[in-house]
Amino acid sequence: MTTTLAPKNIGTSSTATRILGVLSIVGLIALVAFGLVISPADFELGETIRILYMHVPTVSVAYLAFIITGVGSVIYLWKRSEFWDLLAASAAEIGVLFFGLTIFNGMMWGKITWGVFWRWEPRLVTTTVLFITYIGYLVVRSIPTDTRTRGTVSAVIGIMAIVNIPITHKAVDWWRGLHQSRTIFATVDPDMRGTQLFSAYLGLAVFLVIFAWLLIHRFRVAWLSERARGIGLDEAIVARRAEGSVP
Amino acid sequence: MSLSTVAGARLVARKDLRIEQHSRVALAQMLPFGLLVLILFAFALDPSRDVLNRATAGLFWMTVLFTSTLAVQRAFAIEVDDGALDSIRLSGISPASVFLGKVSALVIQLLMLEAVLALGVAILYNTDFGGWAMLFAVTLLSTIGMSAAGATYGVLVSRLRHSSTLLPLLLLPLLAPVLIAATKGSEVALGQEAGQGWSWVALLAVFAISYLILGVVLYRPLLEET
Repeated sequence: MTTTLAPKNIGTSSTATRILGVLSIVGLIALVAFGLVISPADFELGETIRILYMHVPTVSVAYLAFIITGVGSVIYLWKRSEFWDLLAASAAEIGVLFFGLTIFNGMMWGKITWGVFWRWEPRLVTTTVLFITYIGYLVVRSIPTDTRTRGTVSAVIGIMAIVNIPITHKAVDWWRGLHQSRTIFATVDPDMRGTQLFSAYLGLAVFLVIFAWLLIHRFRVAWLSERARGIGLDEAIVARRAEGSVP
Repeated sequence: MSLSTVAGARLVARKDLRIEQHSRVALAQMLPFGLLVLILFAFALDPSRDVLNRATAGLFWMTVLFTSTLAVQRAFAIEVDDGALDSIRLSGISPASVFLGKVSALVIQLLMLEAVLALGVAILYNTDFGGWAMLFAVTLLSTIGMSAAGATYGVLVSRLRHSSTLLPLLLLPLLAPVLIAATKGSEVALGQEAGQGWSWVALLAVFAISYLILGVVLYRPLLEET
């Protein structure tokens, strides 16, 4: 009789992630209901305000992810802990995903509002430059090299990139004539009231839960990948030794 | 006894400049490349001098940006080819000194390239120069910022695979604020645009100081690992 590894031992889910997963799905359904149906159109932005309920959360979560990458990078260089290296990398990956979504929904908003997908709007430009910066980070992570070098090199990029965020923001703002009056790229509008305001904050809360859910899963996948790499190496060493012992 | 940071940096910078003096790569390859880019811009844009004249600052700094990636690549190719970086690490020179030496050599080479390229735009684009104090501050701080970020990323990619294609991907987005600030600052200095030119200078100073500090701090783990 053969025995196999129980799949539950190598999965990435746990009670906490299952709760987060359920909350994410329920939250998304509630957000769709409030954002698209219950809340009214805006006096100034019209129906396009509904994009804002997704846009502000995606960009906020992306920045949170990059802050985690920056902090994780600093702690990795200090403690040399695999945990912080993998957490930084996992957060960067999700940050890039959310930045991609931000650029996409920003362009959708632009098409409706301005009639074009792209305008040199400060927030859109900054987001795109930072998006490419973090793609560089992920490219470096994907280059085969030893774990320690990969950790050090990517930590340095993570730190350099986080320092560059405020500088890029300031440069692009000034370049485009400082602050525009009101665009989708502003944060939650303080003039919002009632279900509009509720939808905006609901969006932020829901996307934070989704982020936590994705981050835990991504981190666990990264952790297991590292273990699998070790197993592969051990097996290769055993196989080479076996070859050497054949008379 | 180990060398002081400044003495070590001076040694590294002098070594790099001496290698350049013998090999003449900056003179024979980077400078013609920069001038070629200036000419290619003229082909791509309206050849009438007005367009080029109006876009002088942007085109100049774009050219410098492209040339600086070549300079950074070259600065670290000479260290990797014969394992020279290992020798420097074993020589007792501190990582901070290596960084500051590399930055100094890059700054000197880039400033010389920029001087010739500036002459190029003056002739090719018919640009009248003025606002010298601001122009000098913009040029110096941009060059220090580019060199500091370049020296950090240069050593970082030097031992990774695909380093020649990786460097521009990592460096150019990081230098985007430098390109913007240097271009706008230069435009104000040249009288092509009204505005707070010294604000751009301040932003360039923040960039340069930030990346000098980061380079000094981060070179130790980078040299240990790469």
